[in-house]
Amino acid sequence: MDKVLDIKNSSVLENSPLGVGGVSAALLTYTDKGLYCQQGGFYIDPWGAVDKAIITHAHSDHARWGSNHYLCHHLTKPLLQLRLGNNNYQSTTWGEPVYINGVKISLHPAGHIIGSSQIRIEYNGEIWVVSGDYKTENDGLSGAFEAVKCHTFITESTFGLPIYKWQPQAIIYQQIQQWILENQANNTSSVLIAYSLGKAQRVIEAAATITNNIYVHGAIWNTHETLLNTGIHLPTVKKVTPETTKAELKNAVIIAPPSADGTPWMKKFQPYKVGVCSGWMQVRGNARRRNVDAGFSLSDHADWPGLLQAIKATQAERVLVTHGFQAVLSRYLTETGIEAYEINTPLMPPTPKGEEE
Amino acid sequence: MINETSNNSQLQNFPLGVGGFLDGGFSLFSSLVNILGTSTKNTEKLNALQHYFSTASDKDKVWVIAIFSGRRPKRIINSTILQQWCVELIDLPLWLFEESYHTVGDLAETIALLLPPKPPTPKGESQSGLTLSHYLEEFIRLEKAEEPIKKDFIITTWMQLSQEERFVFNKLITGGFRIGVSQKMMVNALAKTTKIEASTIAHLISGNWQPANINFADLLNPNMVSKDDSKPYPFYLAYALEDDPQNFGNITEWQAEWKWDGIRGQIIKRNGELYVWSRGEELMTDKFPEYLILKTLLPDGTVMDGEILPMQDLQPLPFSLLQTRIGRKTITKKQLQEAPIGFFAYDLLEYNTTDIRTKPLQERRLLLENIINSTLAGNQLLANTIQLSPTIQATSWDELITLRQGSRDMGSEGLMLKRKSSPYQVGRKVGDWWKWKMEPMVIDAVLIYAQKGHGRRSNLYTDYTFAVKDGDRLVTFTKAYSGLTDKEFNEIDAFVKANSLEKFGPVRTVKPELVFEIAFEGIAASARHKSGVALRFPRMNRWRKDKKVDEINTLEDLKNMLRIYGNKKDGK
Ligand SMILES: [Zn+2]
Ligand SMILES: [Zn+2]
Repeated sequence: MDKVLDIKNSSVLENSPLGVGGVSAALLTYTDKGLYCQQGGFYIDPWGAVDKAIITHAHSDHARWGSNHYLCHHLTKPLLQLRLGNNNYQSTTWGEPVYINGVKISLHPAGHIIGSSQIRIEYNGEIWVVSGDYKTENDGLSGAFEAVKCHTFITESTFGLPIYKWQPQAIIYQQIQQWILENQANNTSSVLIAYSLGKAQRVIEAAATITNNIYVHGAIWNTHETLLNTGIHLPTVKKVTPETTKAELKNAVIIAPPSADGTPWMKKFQPYKVGVCSGWMQVRGNARRRNVDAGFSLSDHADWPGLLQAIKATQAERVLVTHGFQAVLSRYLTETGIEAYEINTPLMPPTPKGEEE
Repeated sequence: MINETSNNSQLQNFPLGVGGFLDGGFSLFSSLVNILGTSTKNTEKLNALQHYFSTASDKDKVWVIAIFSGRRPKRIINSTILQQWCVELIDLPLWLFEESYHTVGDLAETIALLLPPKPPTPKGESQSGLTLSHYLEEFIRLEKAEEPIKKDFIITTWMQLSQEERFVFNKLITGGFRIGVSQKMMVNALAKTTKIEASTIAHLISGNWQPANINFADLLNPNMVSKDDSKPYPFYLAYALEDDPQNFGNITEWQAEWKWDGIRGQIIKRNGELYVWSRGEELMTDKFPEYLILKTLLPDGTVMDGEILPMQDLQPLPFSLLQTRIGRKTITKKQLQEAPIGFFAYDLLEYNTTDIRTKPLQERRLLLENIINSTLAGNQLLANTIQLSPTIQATSWDELITLRQGSRDMGSEGLMLKRKSSPYQVGRKVGDWWKWKMEPMVIDAVLIYAQKGHGRRSNLYTDYTFAVKDGDRLVTFTKAYSGLTDKEFNEIDAFVKANSLEKFGPVRTVKPELVFEIAFEGIAASARHKSGVALRFPRMNRWRKDKKVDEINTLEDLKNMLRIYGNKKDGK
């Protein structure tokens, strides 16, 4: 039933672009360095060093070090500088075309994190869109997801199962606020675990409506400073430093990345409770396994209805599914009459420390 | 029967039937379950229970006591049908439901996550009927109803509830309410809210009562105990002794007995009737016709504590034989012959209609011996069935340690040490009673199949099947799920995912590489198992990272263990 494009097999790679018949010229193929546009001679979110890289967003599983030229959104550039150092960056704004070897490229809001973009490429009337990571709910920070019409849509599927249905952001924010207030009433600090780029900024916004006593981990602090310098408005936060006293941290809200969870760094927040903000918290077993006090299903990825809605809105003739539950989502799309293929990417190196989604 | 532990002043302090407001209903219960299920701290759980017992309606409280003490109404529908109704309702293909279930690992939760959102309650319509007791009493009412009626009830209810409440409701249907709360903790919370002593509460909520037919005030009224002839006493449980009893003082202060591998039971004779209770608080009188003769022989007002176990000519037989008896609704003559059940009595809780639990053990033991001897006098038939559990005579700890080495030859698992001056307490208490089990038997084996766990481990491969060597072949002989740390489980999970050879449904065949030391308490011959043996309480003792597959034990080693420690009789 499912069709799997075997991209491990390099002979298939060379003579069969992702098109499986019908489509004349594929605009993108998977190579051992990732998604490649032969006509334009560039890669999208490559896994290794290449000459020309277009970057959807600054998360570490998408933006990697070592390429000669980078193209990204204006708001992504300072984040790449922060994370990858100085490189040859070219940035652009949403909807403004850039041409490389005659291939028309434009970036469109993906709603995932600040600066995150879908990549639209057009050549000889053929249009492909690479979603990167995306979410369909407007979080007020990342820009509203834009449905871009295309022939072929390459979609992510991190939460591609019908059990993943998010509550509106306002409700999750309320739950987080409620939890902080309860902790404060019990003289307990609230440690919120969130990815430092994307989730952390949303959690800071949620917390800032009820308290101005917000501390952040160094990694989040650096991101915060970078974003402020870029001109993004964010609430005021304080950095946890060795000089920060226990008294200052009493009853505070502390935002930390997953890598800090359970480390001695958290010692001086005692007494505290830990709340994890992640779409994975939707399933109880995950929350319990991580032994957290509270789990908030706050995600920067589209939920199941969001994925289906976005895919339909592109009116794509063909959908290629990657990054998550590709087998499930491609099978479901096929059964509902949308031509879809599962893209397995066994060559992709793992995300460092599993830090980001 | 006179209850020596009850005390009149407590009665006056207890606001019978006063407490409890009626709102909150099912949502109050579901948030209680949520806290109990997610909290990692016992004090928080205790507080949540206390809060519940001081705010919920009396009717719901009775049901909470019932559920947390294992008195759930019978299951009205099986999982397959429940799943089917959900699939119909959500309009998704079955395979997608199954994929979801596979990821979540819990049926009740999968359904709660997949159902369409609850429609808004029309203005002016009250939600007050939605109480825990309402739903559970509907379960009882609909037990024998036609399927469409049950379906209508369940779907209507789903549509009344929020996602969290649906999860709890589904759990009530599917059972497996293994949320992080012990009966002991519930009893403690009740004790704090009602100001009745915990041991009294444990006694009051034991035995035979129907949550639908009793009110909260009567259930927790110390004077009501005497009205129920069948009511057992809460069992006193021993702690495991880790070291040798070096600092236990003079051995003459202790009574040593064999530790039997059966089911802890209470035999009650009151007002001409006989009742047999298991430690799981199940009334099992009808399961053991062997004991029936006691109805005429035992004096009224007698309660004995002891071990229900298969035995012949006073020799214990494998535990598996007992299992063949418990599972049956009716017992045939053949089963009575093949799996004869006896009783080793080791304590007396009620004598001459008086609760004697506060008397010291040595006094209770004398009274017990008295009863057994006078009851047994001249009754040869009974002598094969009911026996005093013998005490072991030793004049020094060293002598006792030597005697303990012979435990397995006696068909026992080790020793029990009980302080002669000890009262019969309630629940698990440190200090006076100890179980001093033999070291477990161990065998090194390789992991060859893995399956995802449930609940907390729903996304990890944590259920394993192990094999020993038989020449060039690997022969499976046991499953095991417990004994490792979360970190080790994560490590094995990663190995399983990277080294799967085949997939059969949820089971993966794993490259035979990881070696574990499997510990177990007993071994018996079994025709059902490929290896020909069945283990008792198998668990992963440790991960032998230092061993390779060709260093594991062999089927021959297992068979040798069976020859030495197994009983001849087969538990087919
Ligand atoms: Zn990603
Ligand atoms: Zn991302």
